[in-house]
Amino acid sequence: MAHIQTLPTRDLCESAKNGGCGECQTIANQKCENQ
Amino acid sequence: MLHQYRLHGRNIVLDTASGSVHAVDDLAYDVIAQFAAHSREEIVSLLSDRYPPEEIRECCAEVAQLRDAGKLFAEDPFAPIAGELKARTAGVVKALCLHVAHTCNLNCSYCFASQGRYHGERALMSLDTGKRALDFLVAHSGTRRHLEVDFFGGEPLMNFDVVKGLVAYARGLEQSTGKQFRFTLTTNGMNIDDDVIDFCNRECYNVVLSLDGRKEIHDFARVDYQGRGSFDRVVPRFQRLVEKRGGRNYYMRGTFTHRNPDFLKDIQTMLDLGFTELSMEPVVCAPDDPSALTAGDLEIVKQQYEDLALLMDERRREGRPFTFYHYMIDLSGGPCIYKRVSGCGSGTEYLAVTPTGDLYPCHQFVGEKAFRLGSLDEGLTRPDIQEKFACTNVYTRDECRECWARLYCAGGCAANAWHATGDINGVYQAGCELFRKRMECAIWLEAVRLTDAPAQ
Repeated sequence: MAHIQTLPTRDLCESAKNGGCGECQTIANQKCENQ
Repeated sequence: MLHQYRLHGRNIVLDTASGSVHAVDDLAYDVIAQFAAHSREEIVSLLSDRYPPEEIRECCAEVAQLRDAGKLFAEDPFAPIAGELKARTAGVVKALCLHVAHTCNLNCSYCFASQGRYHGERALMSLDTGKRALDFLVAHSGTRRHLEVDFFGGEPLMNFDVVKGLVAYARGLEQSTGKQFRFTLTTNGMNIDDDVIDFCNRECYNVVLSLDGRKEIHDFARVDYQGRGSFDRVVPRFQRLVEKRGGRNYYMRGTFTHRNPDFLKDIQTMLDLGFTELSMEPVVCAPDDPSALTAGDLEIVKQQYEDLALLMDERRREGRPFTFYHYMIDLSGGPCIYKRVSGCGSGTEYLAVTPTGDLYPCHQFVGEKAFRLGSLDEGLTRPDIQEKFACTNVYTRDECRECWARLYCAGGCAANAWHATGDINGVYQAGCELFRKRMECAIWLEAVRLTDAPAQ
């Protein structure tokens, strides 16, 4: 049986390659507009 | 770095560096707690009085698999590149807080803006100054397409004609520049009428409506210059605005103080009044102020946050959901690492403009002369101050580097840090405690929502 359920989350390492567009609103509950 | 916690019967494990969130059973919770310091057989020995050895071994294999996949015990690769991450989003201005009115028709006892005057004289922004601020924003926005303008005060509706004129001017700029403006407006509600409602619902991406909850709580602090409470005057106006807005893209913004650390009662009042997009925030004031939260209050507040999460889950299951500003976390569609390292952008990509055109790092620094960054006439004249804001991130503070919540928080509020410690790179400990509790509750709500069968 599985003891651990991993929830879907954003891959932060991947976002280091392609993030940083700066178009999101001026933190934890933000939505990325350019994912 | 891991953070493990139990809340309302759920076990949750957060992996800070990868951002992974795991809902686990009791066995996995105990195995993960021992995994970094012990071998598999040592863990079997430690836990075999509570769980069957084969199950422990099976669980250890599961944990090892997640570790190898970088979703548990992940190393933090971002510290060495934090400055570079922040630099990539610095150098442009994409948002302005326009202080269109340094005056107010209320005299709230806890107002950080000194009844809207920000330690100065009463003043209204002229249409010309506002237009120059919008031109400044466009000129400094680089390749950013989405620009934001907050109408703030004081009470911005005391200068409503200028607000309307500035939106009309910005719509013209959109046509000529290809930029897209988003407007928000924060109001105490006293001057809301049908004209304001139609304008807000046509032009404002969001409206922030100041209401403290229970009538006796609201009316204790939010009084006019004759000392009369404002609850009965503002609530019907807010209800009409929200109804005509379709119940979306607003939020009620309350302040809780030493007088009402039991703020869940105020949340309940807002729900009873028909509002469903809610926020209650701790007061910002000097520690010796009578409204300041005490250490005892903080414990009450943390329990209230936990009870609030239960209430939200209960109402979601009943088909009567409501939102709470700090619990609207988006695990899969949230911000990239650049944003998580660099924070709100105050002093760099976000600035406040006073009625006379002076520039400050954000609305909470307005009036603090040491933080004046220049003006619309002079331009930005204090790159040294801006550099300090640009160089502040979650890895420049020892406390943040050791905090599991750092990539949810992005280092917190520079103004709060400065008020608490005299340094924007300081740490406002009480704020950190409350933030961590809010994150635990917000993630718990998501874990429950994502792992439960749909409510029948």
